[in-house]
Amino acid sequence: MRWWHKPASDTQITHGNRLWLYVLAAIIMLLLVIPTFIVIPMSFSDSQYLEFPPSNWSARWYHVYLESPKWMRATVTSLQVGVLTMLLATPLGTMAAYGLFVSGHRAARAIFMFLITPMIVPVILIAIGTFYAYGRVGLNNTIFGLVLAHTVLAAPLVMIVITSALRNYDLDQERVARSLGATRVKAFFVITLPQIKFSIVTAALLSFLTSFDEVIIAIFVSGGKNATLTKHMFAALRDFIDPTIAAISTIMILVSTTLLLATQFIGSRKK
Amino acid sequence: MSPSMESEIAADLPNQKSLRVQGEREQWMLLSLSTPALLAIVLIVVIPVGWLFYLSFIGSDGQLSLENYQKMIQYKSYARVFLTTFQVSLLTTLLCILIGYPLAYFLAILPQRMAGFFMLAVLLPFWTSLLVRTYAWLVLLQRNGILNDLAISAGIWDSPVKLVHNMTGTLIGMAHIMLPFLVLPLYGSMRKIERDMMHAASNLGASPIQAFWKVYFPLSLSGMVAGSLIVFVLCLGFYVTPAVLGGGRVVMVATQITAILENQFNWGAASALGVVLLIATIIILYLAARFLKLDAALFGKH
Repeated sequence: MRWWHKPASDTQITHGNRLWLYVLAAIIMLLLVIPTFIVIPMSFSDSQYLEFPPSNWSARWYHVYLESPKWMRATVTSLQVGVLTMLLATPLGTMAAYGLFVSGHRAARAIFMFLITPMIVPVILIAIGTFYAYGRVGLNNTIFGLVLAHTVLAAPLVMIVITSALRNYDLDQERVARSLGATRVKAFFVITLPQIKFSIVTAALLSFLTSFDEVIIAIFVSGGKNATLTKHMFAALRDFIDPTIAAISTIMILVSTTLLLATQFIGSRKK
Repeated sequence: MSPSMESEIAADLPNQKSLRVQGEREQWMLLSLSTPALLAIVLIVVIPVGWLFYLSFIGSDGQLSLENYQKMIQYKSYARVFLTTFQVSLLTTLLCILIGYPLAYFLAILPQRMAGFFMLAVLLPFWTSLLVRTYAWLVLLQRNGILNDLAISAGIWDSPVKLVHNMTGTLIGMAHIMLPFLVLPLYGSMRKIERDMMHAASNLGASPIQAFWKVYFPLSLSGMVAGSLIVFVLCLGFYVTPAVLGGGRVVMVATQITAILENQFNWGAASALGVVLLIATIIILYLAARFLKLDAALFGKH
């Protein structure tokens, strides 16, 4: 047990002295992770009731999900809205982040702060506000209306990711390109873009997830044949515990975990 | 300076002027790249929220009045909603500090690579749909759920305890969802603490515990305060988790807003509550920005 008595810090604490911290942190991390993933085994139960561990394993609830037109329709809507939000929020956020960062104008900071307000305004307010405004212009229950609202939620995330990427990037490279005759646009696409592309991909994935997981605006603004997965799930949760939700949750966990691991992988490749 | 050089500079002046004009024009071009994003926010946030602001000042007779705000002061039910919201937000924040500080400290003392791995325990839940996590807690905490089963078989309590559809369930779920918002900034500020500080403290005769409380803890405070404020503000407007895990017993501002809209279709009253929520949020964030320079952290310096 050499490791045990080795100093763990600069103040002569040994790993043994610090055992309590390691144990505590392990418990906290388990408490963080287990409730996130517990629904996965439960979704494979044969029973009407959610039990752990399931007494009989089956894919019954996945069949229910896959054969339900309502859930299928909602899944397609959520994927559609997610992809469209990603395609809109990524260029919008990247343009704004680049313009504001490079300009160095004294108004840039104020504009930046204004553009990230959707992260600060309580979402419930944006939800009922758009619900009211959309009611006047007939955008409720439309894909476009929902995509627009989700874009505003996702764009600030894109801006923060891209701004931090630009901060770690040497803009002089663009100046060199321009002194050699490239236009600003060409310098951006040929020199800057390839070097911040991983951050752009990360930002895009985050904006997809933001939309895919969004509940409150979807509850108000989406509906009818364009209701999202989260809207139906929320309605089901308020009424009773339906094991189909466990199956759908498992799929959603799979989607977000894959995307998160992808961004982590991209992040480590970048270095 | 020789006369010839002076005349050269003078000849450069018109050139410099046009350069300056060109530079300014370019600055504006760059700024204008943010126009689409600005437009989207005006359409989705400014106009709708402004509209709600206006609606909150319209009485039931369709005239301008303070009726909706007066009701908030008169009726006890509103006071209870505000109190619950404040209580839940404060307790969730405290729970997050209690659980999040040791976790962030643990992550901050690990070598960078290991910390990156264990950080997944924070990031995976963070990026999992909060609806899914709320559902998981509903399943875990229900009457015949895992937690009750475990506690009964371990002899901690004999009959199923009501853990959900009340304040307990709400706080557990909220703390789980909010924890990353505290841990991430706190971890960031802890990583910035120079190791030499602890060396110095120990050199000067501080015991490890003294060094922690006198040197490390004060330096980690800025991250902790920033994280706590984010958690508190997010809690104030939270909807999904209290609605599901509170089971109608924990009525917070957001829950009340939807209830007013669903049951009475009273836009004035709902908007007024929303305005109060927004103003509370802005005040807290304004104070936070003044004390913590949040914008500098997000936007950075040129």
